[in-house]
Amino acid sequence: MLATIGLKSEEDLISYLPSDVRFSKKLGIEDGKSEYEIVDYFKALAARNANGCASFLGAGVYHHYRPVLVDAVVSRGEFLTSYTPYQAEISQGTLTSIFEFQTMVCQLTGMDVANASMYDGSSAVPEGAMMAVRITHRDRVLIARTVHPEYREVLRTYTQHQGIPLDEIGYAKNGQLDLDDLKKKLSDDVAAVIVQTPNFFGLLEQVKEIAALVQAKGALLVVVVAEAVALGLIEPPRDADIVVGELQSFAISPSYGGPYAGIIATKEKYIRQIPGRLVGETTDAEGKRAFCLTLATREQHIRRDKATSNICTNQALLALMATVFMTVYGKQGLRELAEQNLAKAHYLAGKLDLQFDAPFFNEFVVRVNSPEKINARLLEKKIIGGLPLDRFYPELKNCMLLCATEMTRREDMDTVAAAFKTQ
Amino acid sequence: MIKKVSKHIVQNELLLFEQSSPGKWGYQLPPLDVPPVDAAKALGKDNVRSEIEDFPEVSEFEALRHFTRLSTWNYAIDLGLYPLGSCTMKYNPRVNELVARTEGLAWAHPYQPEALAQGCMEVIAALERALEEITGMAAVTLQPAAGAHGEFTGILMIRALLEERGGARKKILVPDSAHGTNPATATMVGYSVENIKSNSRGMVDVEALAKAVNEDVAALMITNPNTVGVFEENIRKICGLLHEKGALVYMDGANMNALVGVARPGDFGVDVMHLNLHKTFSTPHGGGGPGSGAVAVAEVLKPFLPGPRLKRAGNQWQWNYDLPHSIGRVRAFYGNFGVLVRALAYVMAHGGNGLRQATLDALLNANYLRILLEPHYDIAYNAPSMHECVFSDDRQAKKGVRTGDIAKRLIDYGFHPYTVSFPLIVHGALMIEPTETESKQELDLFADAMISIAKEVEENPDLVRKAPHLTRTPRVDEVTAARKPIVRWKRPAAAPQS
Amino acid sequence: MSYPDTYKYTKEHEWVLIEGASGTIGITDHAQHELGDIVFVDLPKAGAKVTQGQTFGSVESVKAVSDIYAPVSGEVTESNEALAKTPEKLNEDPHGAAWLIKVKLADPGEATGLMSAADYEQYVGAE
Repeated sequence: MLATIGLKSEEDLISYLPSDVRFSKKLGIEDGKSEYEIVDYFKALAARNANGCASFLGAGVYHHYRPVLVDAVVSRGEFLTSYTPYQAEISQGTLTSIFEFQTMVCQLTGMDVANASMYDGSSAVPEGAMMAVRITHRDRVLIARTVHPEYREVLRTYTQHQGIPLDEIGYAKNGQLDLDDLKKKLSDDVAAVIVQTPNFFGLLEQVKEIAALVQAKGALLVVVVAEAVALGLIEPPRDADIVVGELQSFAISPSYGGPYAGIIATKEKYIRQIPGRLVGETTDAEGKRAFCLTLATREQHIRRDKATSNICTNQALLALMATVFMTVYGKQGLRELAEQNLAKAHYLAGKLDLQFDAPFFNEFVVRVNSPEKINARLLEKKIIGGLPLDRFYPELKNCMLLCATEMTRREDMDTVAAAFKTQ
Repeated sequence: MIKKVSKHIVQNELLLFEQSSPGKWGYQLPPLDVPPVDAAKALGKDNVRSEIEDFPEVSEFEALRHFTRLSTWNYAIDLGLYPLGSCTMKYNPRVNELVARTEGLAWAHPYQPEALAQGCMEVIAALERALEEITGMAAVTLQPAAGAHGEFTGILMIRALLEERGGARKKILVPDSAHGTNPATATMVGYSVENIKSNSRGMVDVEALAKAVNEDVAALMITNPNTVGVFEENIRKICGLLHEKGALVYMDGANMNALVGVARPGDFGVDVMHLNLHKTFSTPHGGGGPGSGAVAVAEVLKPFLPGPRLKRAGNQWQWNYDLPHSIGRVRAFYGNFGVLVRALAYVMAHGGNGLRQATLDALLNANYLRILLEPHYDIAYNAPSMHECVFSDDRQAKKGVRTGDIAKRLIDYGFHPYTVSFPLIVHGALMIEPTETESKQELDLFADAMISIAKEVEENPDLVRKAPHLTRTPRVDEVTAARKPIVRWKRPAAAPQS
Repeated sequence: MSYPDTYKYTKEHEWVLIEGASGTIGITDHAQHELGDIVFVDLPKAGAKVTQGQTFGSVESVKAVSDIYAPVSGEVTESNEALAKTPEKLNEDPHGAAWLIKVKLADPGEATGLMSAADYEQYVGAE
């Protein structure tokens, strides 16, 4: 091959580079390892993590069972190693499954259109906010303090240089959004109000009431869903204008924080303002149904500095995991899964001292003298306890957020309850 | 003659919703070990939904068959070459998939006690170190979820630094050859965008740049090697021009596959750059994502990195949230950890020497293709190609055939198209990047296909213009898809009673 | 397609028909041809103000977006609703039924600097 090019050695491929840019040392990285050594290395690292512990952590990342079919499907090379479906003729597999994904997200959330996924729930929040700003031509955004604290931080990072002032709405004594505080802060320049349900404390928000207040002022309601399994049982936020959220619960491994799959969904009339990739139905040259990426003129590769967002990628592989999960559970299964989550969490909650008095799904906040002490004792029994809330809510320093899912076992819940009783 | 593919029958398949049957299911949950709870009582009647209308109802096997059939309609790296420029479609090693699923890593919760997450934190630390070494930069963050996300992070940091120095300034310079994410990102950080022309060799016009740089300029976003696959030979001078006026240099690292082990951006003056782990570092594209956009910074930008940052305390890792100058988070938690595991496995498998060798192989493959194709297609710029080469369709356009048509005809030959019509500075661009993964056999098949198509353009242009002819799905009607967007399935209305 | 004599034209391929104090604005046949199949037209509502030389909307094909520049300044009195439902009309009849907006002119004198049909034909012939 070198001969064909007319070069003597591979080094000739870079010899023309200016000498003051060439890196002539050896990279300070160990020599290449064999497959066995690599597998062993990661096994050893994994062993330094929690292993074989039951966990009561939720807070935006949930331990749900992953049906075996999920990895069987996504491990197929045609899904795993394929590129973005820009060439519709040879990507109908990806395009069809994304179309199904978009449909199922609409069915779950009660919205009319959904995109092919966002990076994650946390970054979907500012995208939803910016959508509302574009649509209303207003610039202020209100966000509930009961939205996941790290999601709120991300919103701040995104809006700081776009001329979008942010305000937070407090929560009432019962842990739900404080409607009076909302009324007070709903000025005429508000583009969006962002609320999460179930909220970070696990409680259901009063979406209908909030929507009425928000929309009467000409603002848009953006509802965040961080625990997607809840949608199997709770009434979806049909009154929202935009729904954003996280699908990690749908067979996406917790994997220490990522990769996940965010969603953004909205009403039909806002379809041209939605960011990210969209798959649309059409026909091929023979008149048969086919799918393709569509409305690309919203996106960065065409609109450049006037794009709806700079986002390029979607989380296709993770969205596929979620699609398989939703298919395997199906209409009845997702409901039964949600019912089991509800039962497990309410069983445990029934034995503990709850901080808030409002309906909750699979997470709840308990009062505890010393969260650290309790968690230390639980760890001795190979149980990871809940999340002490003082790190995010200094006013709730004697509180802990606990989560129970279909994977939580009764014995472990009894152990937790006993530990709390003797504190 | 088409050598790489032959006819084959492929299964059809309906949508899930079209083959659902009430009462079918594919799951099985164990029985509850606690008393069931009445949802209406616990949540309030109005908060309980009725069924999820039209949600799929199929059996486990129907589900598996459905997705398997769909998969057979896709092209993939595992099937053959993707000559997509700037996408770096290299082999996605299977060992990466295995190690990412190691239970202690895959099930780790981001909020589990630090003492029980040391393995995960070590992965992050190890990859940060490796990428610092590869880029020659002072520090790396692995928080951004993708390349564009990394650009956003990088420009935010530039803005934060400039604000601390007295003023954010107003605009960002972007070469007209840049990827669309560059100007889109600049706008998201509140900057206006000014385009810089490329010269006759496809590189940034240094004179034009010198005229454009002033105290209103916050930064230049440059891709190196650039989007025509050519190394910016004046990069040191360019960085100097920006620095002199107190501006910074952001490097889009999408083309890093040409530089690993051969040149380090930190050494030639770049202040901040992103890497696409799903390009250079072999993590799978998965049909469009996930990615990971690691960002590397020079010393001067370290204080502004998104938090938290890893810090060593004795022989333990800890997360440090005390970062007064940090720009804040760009996403929840720590990064696309599952992707980081795969990237680290890739680095380990190659080692320092292997990484450099991979770069040289990538350059070799690209230059080999260039030599084979130059007699048949007009090379866009007369400068040495690095890991990709760019042609224009000028010669073929004389016969009424454009780059998009040639790309579609390439599909009939069993390949995925190269990058079409990008960068915009080349008239009718064909951007070709084979990567180091491809063997001479696969490259020869590709060159043969392209040469055969060039001949078809001369002798039978319509054949190329109306391609593809051999795919299961012919060209689709993108116009109607855009005019009347249908982005979800809806139950067809019941047929009217006659 | 011919270029009506009664219209005035811009370098950015817009046309304007001045009738007293009102103007009708559209894009030329050359423009729609360059764009290809048009899929969407983004126009301002009645009451919006347009300024000569500045963008007031855009036209999209599948793979491109083009800004539309106002040939004259004024206030929008009517927006062509038909284009929302059938953007393809803009490919079929850019000089007639697929006009974009009607405006109340701010300054009828502005149009004097624009090209005549003959000048415009030469301009696009030369491109």
